[in-house]
Amino acid sequence: MTELAQTASLSARETLRQGLRISPELRRGIGVTLVVAVVATAGRLVIPVVVQRAMDDGIAGPAGARPDLVLRYVALAGIAVVVTALSSYVLNVRLFRSSEAGLTTLRTTAFRHIHDLSMLTQNTERRGSLVSRVTSDVDTISMFVQWGGIMLLLSLIQLTLATGVMVAFSPVLAVVVWACFVPLFFLIRRFQTLVGKAYTQVRARVGDLLSAISESVVGAETIRAYGVEERTAARVDAAVEAHRRAAIVAQQRSVYAFTAGQGVSGLTTAVVVVVGTWLAVDGRVSVGELTAFLFLVQLFTMPVMQATEILNELQNAVAGWRRVIGVIGTTADVADPGGRGVELPRGPVRVDLDRVTFAYPGGPPALRELTVTIEPGTRVAVVGATGSGKSTLAKLLCRLVDPTEGVVLLDGIDISRVRFSSLRRRVVLVPQEGFLFDASLEANLAFAVPGATRADVVDVVHRLGLGDWVDSLALGLDTPVGQRGESLSVGERQLVALARAALADPDLLLLDEATSAVDPLTEVRLQRAVEELTRGRTSVAIAHRLSTAEAADDILVVDRGEVVERGRHTDLVAAGGTYARLYASWVAQTRRS
Amino acid sequence: MPPETIAHHASRDVLRRGARVVWTGIREQRSWFTIAVLGSALYGVMTVAGAWAVGKVFREIVTPAVAAHEVTPQQLATAAGWLGGVVVLNIIGVLARRLGAARVSFNLGAIYRRRVTRQYVTLPLSWHQRHPSGELLSNANADVEAAWNIFAPLPMALGVVVMLLVAAVQMVLIDPWVALVGFFVFPALFAVNAVFQRHMSPLVTQAQALRAVVSDVAHESFEAALVVKTLGRENEEGVRFAEVSNRLRAANVEVGRTRGLFDPAIDALPVLGTLVALAVGAQRVATGGMTAAEVVQIAYLFSVLSFPVRAFGWVLGDLPRSVVGWERVQAVLRAQGAMEYGDRELPGAGPARLDVEGVSFAHEVVDAAGRADLTPVLTSVTFTVPAGRTVALVGATGSGKSTLADLVVRLVDPASGMIRYDGVDVRTLRRDSLRAASALVAQSTFLFDDTVRGNVTLGDPAPDDRVWQALQVASVDDVVRALPNGLDTRVGERGTSLSGGQRQRLALARAVFRGPRLLVLDDATSAVDPSVEQAIFARLRAAGGGTSVLVVAHRLATIAAADEVVFLENGVVSAQGGHEELLARNEQYRALVSAFADDAAERAETAERAERAETAKRAEHAETAEGTETHERTQTAEAVQR
Repeated sequence: MTELAQTASLSARETLRQGLRISPELRRGIGVTLVVAVVATAGRLVIPVVVQRAMDDGIAGPAGARPDLVLRYVALAGIAVVVTALSSYVLNVRLFRSSEAGLTTLRTTAFRHIHDLSMLTQNTERRGSLVSRVTSDVDTISMFVQWGGIMLLLSLIQLTLATGVMVAFSPVLAVVVWACFVPLFFLIRRFQTLVGKAYTQVRARVGDLLSAISESVVGAETIRAYGVEERTAARVDAAVEAHRRAAIVAQQRSVYAFTAGQGVSGLTTAVVVVVGTWLAVDGRVSVGELTAFLFLVQLFTMPVMQATEILNELQNAVAGWRRVIGVIGTTADVADPGGRGVELPRGPVRVDLDRVTFAYPGGPPALRELTVTIEPGTRVAVVGATGSGKSTLAKLLCRLVDPTEGVVLLDGIDISRVRFSSLRRRVVLVPQEGFLFDASLEANLAFAVPGATRADVVDVVHRLGLGDWVDSLALGLDTPVGQRGESLSVGERQLVALARAALADPDLLLLDEATSAVDPLTEVRLQRAVEELTRGRTSVAIAHRLSTAEAADDILVVDRGEVVERGRHTDLVAAGGTYARLYASWVAQTRRS
Repeated sequence: MPPETIAHHASRDVLRRGARVVWTGIREQRSWFTIAVLGSALYGVMTVAGAWAVGKVFREIVTPAVAAHEVTPQQLATAAGWLGGVVVLNIIGVLARRLGAARVSFNLGAIYRRRVTRQYVTLPLSWHQRHPSGELLSNANADVEAAWNIFAPLPMALGVVVMLLVAAVQMVLIDPWVALVGFFVFPALFAVNAVFQRHMSPLVTQAQALRAVVSDVAHESFEAALVVKTLGRENEEGVRFAEVSNRLRAANVEVGRTRGLFDPAIDALPVLGTLVALAVGAQRVATGGMTAAEVVQIAYLFSVLSFPVRAFGWVLGDLPRSVVGWERVQAVLRAQGAMEYGDRELPGAGPARLDVEGVSFAHEVVDAAGRADLTPVLTSVTFTVPAGRTVALVGATGSGKSTLADLVVRLVDPASGMIRYDGVDVRTLRRDSLRAASALVAQSTFLFDDTVRGNVTLGDPAPDDRVWQALQVASVDDVVRALPNGLDTRVGERGTSLSGGQRQRLALARAVFRGPRLLVLDDATSAVDPSVEQAIFARLRAAGGGTSVLVVAHRLATIAAADEVVFLENGVVSAQGGHEELLARNEQYRALVSAFADDAAERAETAERAERAETAKRAEHAETAEGTETHERTQTAEAVQR
């Protein structure tokens, strides 16, 4: 149960570098994309230039209006517009293709890696945040890589080219424009910090709002039972109002930021005209050039505003990227030996634990120096109080965790040397709550063996004596089980988990016995299925019911991480130790009448 | 929103229904909407005036000055005044428009959130049971927002109408021939925008839906991690996830392709218009029909108008979403029914006798085809809890115990039969009287996001010692004393995390605090340590025998300690009597109770596990909410940019 790799300290540059390494698609064909981007941007600048030429030479020229000349310019510009539009289209498609491909790779790489992290099964509280690593975190990056990255580049190109054209027309006016926009850039950056803070507030208020609203929904029963409808409504009202205020403040700030941009752009036009007129009088700039400046100022506004926006997006993207890289950079603590691993032979497994100690990080040992041998084909029940370490034992035997010290041997082979592909076929754990997927019953049964045919599934169902149960369902094997299998009862879900394991046909079966009370008919079916399933295999049952222990070939009594007793039921009861005490209190509880 | 819903709404009908939503919103926020629209109109006029001012300045100041090779400071000041004045007025218009629009949509959001949640607290419990809580949460949050988001671009679009009218007049005044170009370009631009939104909306919705699918698969797969890992199916899960990821990728690329197709076209149209205007203008200047300055003015006008015209596209794009959101919100607001209370006061004091007489109840189940069907839950249930006694309700999962608990405290009414307290039909009681008489501690512990005190008193200004007394009866006083702020520590959703058992005991204290004459415990101590549970029951009895208790129980000790047991099987009372007596004579009862006993040792652990899962889920919800927020934020940023 390792922690996620710490990547908070990763620099932005390093994050981008690693991100590009994970998703090489982002870089693929970037050269062509850049060329297309430059063409698309340059095209936009053609308009002001042509307007200037048409004005100076064709309309307000010394020879008066020359429509033929203007027509030629217009035709030229028309071609430029079409080329620009086409390259913009190509640019868009290229960008979306590469960025989406890159992000899909990032998403799937992270997803697959998460399944290798034992954190997923050990620390269930972290699941939600792991889901967001492959969903919302990747989405934050997508906004940047789809648009932001290239837009930032384009904005810079556009600013540079526009400046170039302006300098060519009139260096003085170019300086004037720059002098107006530089303060704007910093002003907007400042505003955006304020806007950012305001939105942090809004997020907090949205959290409060959702929690207040959910009270009125989730607490419906309690609210009515205690007649506190008015009080609840008043609490919601307060949260709604706080959210409204925060949202308005945030909106106001961003409105000011963006309006400032528009204002500066408008005022710059005024300044350009005034200064330009003064320059034009001396012939230092032509009327056409001055006209072109009006368009150039417009070309200036958008990139400056966009650049500030994109810088924010870049920060979000880097943060999201960092989190995803953190997941991918976390090494799997229980690693598959893969090609170097060995294959387990078939047949009932012999299990040896040799001085096995296991401790969860930062905790006391859950198991201490455990040395146990389980002969092939025996049914073993592990009994002990909650927290005695009996569940940890099951986890070690299917290598969900590795021992802190000592070794686990299956048929004499160190379990850590067994290839996962072999281990997962030979050793199967039936957890307390076998998770069901939102699919048909058949798909859930066949989950362990994807190639399984309908005949295989039917065969297993009948072997475990579940034919009548399946027939009793509305659509038999085709019955949809609902999300998490919720259309089935708890007991029925356990039946599915057992049948699923039976289809996998393991040689070592680990049963973490379910604890929920089920109706008597299902109980009988479960018992029959377990009976059938354990026949001819080595099995270890984590017994929560002493009736299971009673029927076992061998019982291990675990207490505080150690095996304190071992033997058959009758012998242990006769011995008068821990097991005998447990049994006596169980008998007293169940049979008291 | 599922894509088919959107598709359904993308009909012509959507304009009509959208107009109704908009009209409702305008009526409710008349003044702010007026400010926004006036501001927008000012902005529209001033945007056109900007072009006109440029033309005027060029015509009257720049061109003569250049020709005369001389310019006076006065001329420059006039030019600056015209241009600057227009900009300032324009900015005022923009501010009024944007700030007004923000007020309208946020105010409406707040108003409707309040109305929707008001419904949530008034509608009967049976209504809640028919609607999944996720759906109700999104009705009050996302749907309200979707309904009123339309007011962000709407004022701008209305301002653009003014802008186009003014521009049209101006162009005609300058030169009807060049104006013709404009009359062709702008309608074309509008049409392309409309087509764009029509194509884009379903694609965006599709991508959004797939994003939810990707998230669902990740959730499911991670939740199934134990099964996936122990059966060695990680690679197959990876493939399954890659499949949906690839579908999302394809959908996103499709969005990009469509945007890539339309964006350049929308950009190019006004530019082409400008070029044609130049060509026509040159012709007109040559024949003396117009001046060079007028050509500049028109060219400028074209470039200035091209962006705002997009506002129509935004409104059209938001409209279907707005209609769907509004209709979902309306469904909640239109829902009828609140529990009718009587006007009688429950006479007397001390423990009340409870009579359940021939009570039947059925849940309404609606199948995929929309046919409603009734599934019987309880059939002719009759039993009595004598004043001051404790009766245990025993039955397997699904036997109708929780429904009975709800009926007894009148959260729902039976289809037939009657519930009486001290002989009085509960339906004739006043609400206050009914709520004061009985208290239910429900199966799933619910704590308000409030302090310990608030959770116990629920706003009743009681002295601290009464609170402590209730906490002590529920064996949670020591826990509270150890909290950082004692009674004022926040618990619940965002507060100190208490264990499952501690939360249950706090909920119990809430019931005890009211000193009810009938206490109904629906498996309310499942996560409490058995020995503590026994101490609690002992204290409840010792509290003066002041209350009758109906307890839904699984623990043997609890059942055995009750004065009588009512055994429910499939909604029918199949046996009734003392625990020992039932054990001796009822086979089913014996089987169930021994299953309970097997189960008992693990129940606390299971409850803890459920608790942890719940915490994890909440953390997830918080994260998801945050994710949505980021998305919203970018949307808002976009809206502002407009």
